This record gives sequence, C-alpha cells and structure tokens, in this order.
Amino acid sequence: MKLLVVEDEAKTGEYVRQGLMESGFVVDLARTGLDGHHLALTETYDLIVLDVMLPDVDGWRIVQALREAKSSTPVLFLTARDSVEDRVKGLELGADDYLIKPFAFSELLARVRTLLRRGAAPALNDQLQVADLVLDIPRRRAKRNGMRINLTNKEFTLLELLVRRQGEVLPRSLIASQVWDMNFDSDSNVIDVAIRRLRAKIDDAFEPKLIHTVRGMGYMLDVNSVS
Amino acid sequence: MSLALRLIVSIGAVITVVLLTFGWMVERSINSHFVQQDVDELNAVVQSLAQSLAEQSASQTPDGLKRQLAAAVSGHHNAQFRVADSNGNVIYATPNSNLGRFSRLTPPVDTIDIDSVRIWRDKSETYRGAVVQLMQNGFQNGGPLTVAVATGINFHLHYLESFRSYLKIITVAACLIAILATWLAVYQGHAPLRRISREIRRIKSDQLHIRLAPETVPVELTELAVSFNDMLDRIEGVFLRLSNFSADIAHELRTPITNLKTQTEVALSQARSVEHYREILYSSLEEYERMAKMVGDMLFLAQADNKLLKPELVVIDLAVEVRSLFDYFEAWAEEQMVTLTLVGPEVGVQGDRLMIRRALSNLLSNAIRNTSKGGTVTVSMSATLDTGVLRVENPTPAMLPEHLPHLFERFYRPDASRQRSGEGAGLGLAIVKSIIEAHGGSIDVSSAAKLITFTITLPIPTCPKERRD
Repeated sequence: MKLLVVEDEAKTGEYVRQGLMESGFVVDLARTGLDGHHLALTETYDLIVLDVMLPDVDGWRIVQALREAKSSTPVLFLTARDSVEDRVKGLELGADDYLIKPFAFSELLARVRTLLRRGAAPALNDQLQVADLVLDIPRRRAKRNGMRINLTNKEFTLLELLVRRQGEVLPRSLIASQVWDMNFDSDSNVIDVAIRRLRAKIDDAFEPKLIHTVRGMGYMLDVNSVS
Repeated sequence: MSLALRLIVSIGAVITVVLLTFGWMVERSINSHFVQQDVDELNAVVQSLAQSLAEQSASQTPDGLKRQLAAAVSGHHNAQFRVADSNGNVIYATPNSNLGRFSRLTPPVDTIDIDSVRIWRDKSETYRGAVVQLMQNGFQNGGPLTVAVATGINFHLHYLESFRSYLKIITVAACLIAILATWLAVYQGHAPLRRISREIRRIKSDQLHIRLAPETVPVELTELAVSFNDMLDRIEGVFLRLSNFSADIAHELRTPITNLKTQTEVALSQARSVEHYREILYSSLEEYERMAKMVGDMLFLAQADNKLLKPELVVIDLAVEVRSLFDYFEAWAEEQMVTLTLVGPEVGVQGDRLMIRRALSNLLSNAIRNTSKGGTVTVSMSATLDTGVLRVENPTPAMLPEHLPHLFERFYRPDASRQRSGEGAGLGLAIVKSIIEAHGGSIDVSSAAKLITFTITLPIPTCPKERRD
C-alpha cells in the first residue's frame, strides 16, 4: 500500500511517515503544497494524507485538482482549525475523512486503515474467527472454545469491531464513534469499562488472551500478545 | 466627495445665484429708471413745443416760428426735435440733428411712455425718441404738425455698462468671500469631529476602558459617540475574555508541562532500563493526551465566545438522544453503582445533533461522576409552548450554594482536592453552557435537599403551519 503524506511541518511530517512506514505502508512525503500537488497528480497512491494549511498551494486545491482529474484516491485531510465550515468544505470538495490537529497517531492509523478498507469489497462472512473465538454475525452470537458466551447487543458490536480489525490499535474515540455513534471526545472512561466487561466474558476464563490494552493509545484484538 | 467640498459647492452655488439675481434686478431697475427719465425729458420737450405752438399767432412768419421753436426747448440741451407740417415740409429741425428718416418711418403715438419710445443708433450716438402729432391753429392750413423728438442716451448707456462690470467684479468677489467664509465655518464646524478622532486615536489596546463623553460633543455627534462607546464595550468584553482565555491556558498548561519537563530531566539524569524509558514515554503520552484534549476544548470555547459555533439545526427527539447516551454510559454507571432513569414525555427540540449530544454527554458524565454509590441520576423532560426543558438531577454529597453560580466557569472545580485527578480539566460544564447558548437556549443549576439539578431550556421547532416560507 503506497501513501502520500503532504505536510509542511517538518517534525509532524517525519513522524507521520515513520509511523506509517513502521505500520507496513510505503510512504512518500511532500513538504510543500506544490510538491504534493505534483506527486498527487502524477503518481498513483492508495491514499493521500493532506494537510490543509500549506503555505503555497493549499490542501483544498490539491483535492480539487485530484477530483477534477477524475481520480478517486481516498483523501484524509488534517486540519488545525476546529471549525465546522472547514470540515464541510473539505468533504464537499471530495475529501473522504478528516482529523483535527493535534491528533493521536493511533487515530490517524485507524482512520487510514478504515479508508483503505472502504474501497475493498466488504467481507460479508457470516462467521468471523480468531483463535477459538467464533462470531456468528447474522445471529449475533459469540462462542469461545465451543462455549456460548452471552453478550449484550453493544458488547457484540464492540467485539465484532475488534475482530474485524484484529491486529490494529483502535483508539477509544474510534470505538466510541463506531459502536455508540458518539463522535466527540468523551472524557469519561466509558470505553475502558465496556472493554473490561467484554474481557471478563471472553478472555478471563480462556487462554490465550485476545484483547490487549495499548497504553496511551487504545485497544487491540490479536492472537499474539504485544508485550 | 468630502463633506467640506460638498458644503462649499452648494453654499457657493446658492450665494452666486442670489447675487446674480440681485444684480440683474438692480440693473433692470436702474435701466427702467433711465428710460423713465428719458421719457420725462421727451414729454417736457413736447410740452414746451405744444405750448410754444399754442402761443403763436397766425401772422407769424416762418422764420419767427423757427426762432420761437428753437427758444422753446432751450433747457434741454440733449434733446433734438424736428417739426414738419402735414405735407411733410420741415418747419424746424434742431441743428445737426438727423431725424428725417425716423420721422418718416415711425408711426406717431398718442402719448410718450416707456412702452412707446423707440431706440436707434445714428453714427456713434444712440437715441431714444418718439413721434407725436400736435394740433395747431392758424399756421398755414391748420393741419396737425408731426413732431419727432429724441434724446441722446450714450451717457446712460455708458453708466449702465460700467455698472454691469462693477456688478460682475462684486459678484465674483462676494462669491469668493462667501466660499472662504463657508470653508472656515465648515472647518470650525468639523473641529469636534477632529477632536473625537484624536480621542479615538488615543485608545490603544491597553486603554480599552476609555470612553468618549457624549455630552461634550455637538448634538449631531452624540449618536456617533454613543455607538462608538457601545462598540468599545463589546470589544473590551471580547478582549477581556481573550486575555483571560490566554491566561487560563497558560496557567492550566504550566502544570503538565512542568511535570513532563521534570520527569524527562530526571529520567535522562542517569541510564535506565528500556522498561523504565517506555514507562516514562507512556506516562508522557497520557499527559500529552490530556493537554491536547484541553486545548481542543479551549478552542471550542473560544469559538463559542467569538460566536463561531454555527449549529446545523435539525429536529432532535431529546428522549432518543438521552436513551442512546444511557446506552453509552450504562456500563460505567453500573460499575459506579449509579442508576440512570428517564421520565417525562417525548420532547422534540431544534438543535445540532452532534453538539446537543456532546452537551448532554458532558452533563450526564458529570452527574454520574458526582453521584455517590447507590444513587440515581434522573433525567426528566417537559415542554412548554415554545421551549423544551430537560432536567438532569442527581444526589450530591455536599454542594455548597456559593459554588453554584461558578459551576459553568472554565477550570472551576468546587472540590479543590479533586484538581487534576484525571477527570477532565473543568471545562465540561462550560462547554455545555456554550453549546446551549449557541442554540438560543439557557442553562441553570439549582440545589436543594442534597439534590443538584441542571435545567436546560431549548427552543422547540415551530409548527409547520406557523412556518412562513
């Protein structure tokens, strides 16, 4: 997967690139709007991460040029201005998602993966399986080691999200948004409680443990423990 | 176009028109006065001639008559005349006069007045004159005599001409003086404006408390001074809030930054294990997270302060929102041993779904956090004709009444010991208030009998039949 990052702030650009590369992406970094504009229109990328506030050619113009060239490459824009107009403008111009600075890298990574997955045909499996955990999607039932586990509706949705995105660190904000449709930073530890309860049901009595806490970032479901 | 120029042009134009009209009228009246004078003279000549002819006797010789006629008008040295009999024979003509043509061409008039006199030029002289017929008896066949009289009016014309040129000079001079005077008056009149402008220029950002004194300016400028003062009030308010905002941010960020700095310095002061470094980085990450969230919240509040929050209004069923928030908070509340209940009818209000959800979420999380174990958070709803009311009520261990008015202030924490216990920066309720006010609603807090109640009032969408679009 090849990504283009257009970011004029040197440190941010470098860290985003390093982070994305260590997550298994090939990353081109453009430090000016002009370079970004050129690369976006001449090279082929799977996704573009675009800073809106660039000194020369701003992000809006790059999105516009891209869409005028009939390119459907997903664009995730980064904006420091926490204003509704900005977001609306970006999405109207054809961007696919946005993040407000300062953002958590784990959040960026999760969004990037969501966008990349969007293009692919959705896996409409009736069954999802990780180790000995089996999810029966149509009937919304979970089994571990052959034993039926009683989950509430939201617990099942949460588990499904974790399973579908296994191996990915899911930030709390992403979980809140995907499971409860809470699209803002909630300052309570609601997600922690929900995960703790889910763990009690699917992990406590079983080995290996599947749900892992990634400190300072979020949660991840994986067969192999992280640390 | 400048005000002064506008005034000067209009006043100058009026004065010029007035002066020109006045000059024209004076010139006209002098002119008609001269004409009247000439007419009087002509009449006097004619009268003398008539008298002289009446006195003549039939036996008089033509030479004698000539002498008599010449003598009759001796007092009018400007006047000329010519007397002819009914056959056209000249009986007498003033020497050097040339009235023959005039006499022949001009029809006689009964009386000489302003309307019946004629004007003509002969060589360099201009004349005014008339032709009359005089009865006589005894002379020749007794037919009427045709008398042409004229008087030279060059003298009058010269006078009029020089009067006109004087008039021109006076008009121009008067206009100039008037314009100058107007300019001076306008300049003087604008003095209060310049004074106000000087005063306004004096107001720098650190002197926003200075106000103009509306009673010291002319009546016409009072309105301006008052509006300007109002504007200053608003600017001062915003400025104050902005300075407080910066001060708050600086104050609230100083503590975490100091922590981070100290922690990093200590960590670097000697070699440590990888686990230790990782631990420090994690701890820093959490601190950064908090700071980022605080800055985000502060920016949200700053936008609200600057009226930049633009709710995208849709009809929201409050009960639906509260239920989905209950769904969200349920697990946490259960763990805290707090019960959530919802009572009251369905109430639809107008609002931005995301913002209202955020506000309600902050209120609920605040209520759950502050409810002691075994307590119940009750959300109740009611509606009046044009507002929807939502109450969040929870038992609280002890809330001193003096805290209540400050609860919506930024960074206000009633329980000083709970500062920085990881439960947000004390911006949650300030954000609720900003959101509700951006929706044109209001929020209130009251406490009684160990219960604290937050009351939100939001406008209800107008009925379709009342809508005028």
